[in-house]
Amino acid sequence: MQKVQVKKNSYYDSVTLMLISRDVGSMEGVKEVMVGMGTDLNLELTEKLGIKSPELEGLTSNDFFIAADVESEEVMAALEAKVEELLTAKADAGASDYRPAGFDSAMQTMDLNLALISVAGQYAAEEADRALDKGLHVLMFSDNVPVEDEVRLKEKARGKDLLMMGPDCGTAIINGVALAFANAVKRGDIGIVGASGTGSQEVSVLIDKFGGGVSQLIGTGGRDLSEKVGGITMIQGLEALIEDEATKVIVLISKPPAESVAAKIYEIVKQSPKPVVVDFIGADPQPIRDAGGFACVNLEHAAAQAVALSRGQSPEDLAPLDEQWQKKAREVASELSEEQEYLLGLYTGGTLADEALKLLGNQLGGIYSNIAFDKEHQLDDLSDLNRHVVLDLGDDQFTQGRPHPMIDPFTRNEHLESDVSKQTAVLLFDCVLGYGSHPDPAAEVAKSINKLKENGITPVAVGSVCGTEGDPQDLQASQKVLEEAGAIIFPSNAKAVEFAGLVLGQGRA
Amino acid sequence: MKLNNLFKSELKVLNIGLEGFYNDLKQQKTDTVWLNWKPRSSSNKKSMSLLDKLRKK
Repeated sequence: MQKVQVKKNSYYDSVTLMLISRDVGSMEGVKEVMVGMGTDLNLELTEKLGIKSPELEGLTSNDFFIAADVESEEVMAALEAKVEELLTAKADAGASDYRPAGFDSAMQTMDLNLALISVAGQYAAEEADRALDKGLHVLMFSDNVPVEDEVRLKEKARGKDLLMMGPDCGTAIINGVALAFANAVKRGDIGIVGASGTGSQEVSVLIDKFGGGVSQLIGTGGRDLSEKVGGITMIQGLEALIEDEATKVIVLISKPPAESVAAKIYEIVKQSPKPVVVDFIGADPQPIRDAGGFACVNLEHAAAQAVALSRGQSPEDLAPLDEQWQKKAREVASELSEEQEYLLGLYTGGTLADEALKLLGNQLGGIYSNIAFDKEHQLDDLSDLNRHVVLDLGDDQFTQGRPHPMIDPFTRNEHLESDVSKQTAVLLFDCVLGYGSHPDPAAEVAKSINKLKENGITPVAVGSVCGTEGDPQDLQASQKVLEEAGAIIFPSNAKAVEFAGLVLGQGRA
Repeated sequence: MKLNNLFKSELKVLNIGLEGFYNDLKQQKTDTVWLNWKPRSSSNKKSMSLLDKLRKK
């Protein structure tokens, strides 16, 4: 039976409700359930679940609802009680903290200097406007903000000499403080400006691993280097880091920018008195070198070059995996069955998935993906995965009404358990630690790998853990739990991808 | 420039939105305040723009 409960004018944030939705979804007697605010998207998702009720009509984004298909009245009562319990537990956790209702009262609590905005996209620009008017720098995590608003807000911020990071900015480290999805990296003299969230995380983590440190990590949001936005935030960030006394080396990370934007950036790189490492992932390295910048073959190379330069050394090429790893690749490949032919990459970090596609695409004669570079390899139908596939599970199509898989590994677990098959030769994955991420993503991947083994599915599992010793999750324990599940773990995605290539290259690809 | 002043100041963050980000900042012992945010006027754009006009007066 279909049941609906509505509470008018009760607001809870979307991630809280998505996690609750998932928790109560596994209760006995619950066939389908949606717990959410009455946004258009949530109402549409509810309809897709086949739940219809006049009570849902006319709801607004200020109204809370539970819509469920349950076996009995008793199940619905238990469901409502459970949701109430989870919401109360949430409310109690932050009950002692004073929460000002408006900007003016918030500004009186302390000398604020940055606003971190993660409300739904349709409201985010208005809040950013207000923050900029109050003289605050802004990190806008929210996405689905029109590009016209982005341009307007960034121009406004630039006019006030404020930073407007985002929209859709997932990562920043300002003055050693991790904002949104970022890692606890050591402080140091390498400044980063990044348009790619997990790309910036990977580079900052590897700088830490190589013994360097980060002065600032300025996020720009993924559209910053487009023709329309013109690289406003990257240019501001680059100029600020050139001026910053604590920064000796600068790293820029982005997908290839629009030509006109790249030209502007190369001009500043040319004039920079400080070395600039440029990883415009997959872009032609020649214009970077012509501008006096240091071009990169992958994210690890960006980090390694930056650390070498900060020590006054000349950057070197990355050494390929040594004979010991080549032997290991031959060994594990020899244990594969005849039918185990394909690569399956299941990523939570978009830039890391992108890196896998770029580094392995040619070797494997093309990889199918939901974020493919060409139409031919665009994968829309997930029912046929008997080919080389890499999925970015953080992409919009997988996150409708669900938290990002870095927050909640549920989506990836589902794909691990349904997509990996007896034809999968290599399972490639990332495991991103740090603030914002799930408390133990490694254990979740390990759990799924163990389940696959129970079903007789045993691909070579290859992954990397993007994390530091200082992260809230335990880095060592994360690596250990994955290795105990039989996975081969590398310190970088680039190395994991290289190893996957070696295994697949043993007469199989 | 103001932007570089930010790098020399102690970061103090106004969190507008997700509770998790607020908790992460507190865990890092960063001064932060969490706005008790609610969507305005149920996304009624017309009334929002009227409110904006009133606010500017």
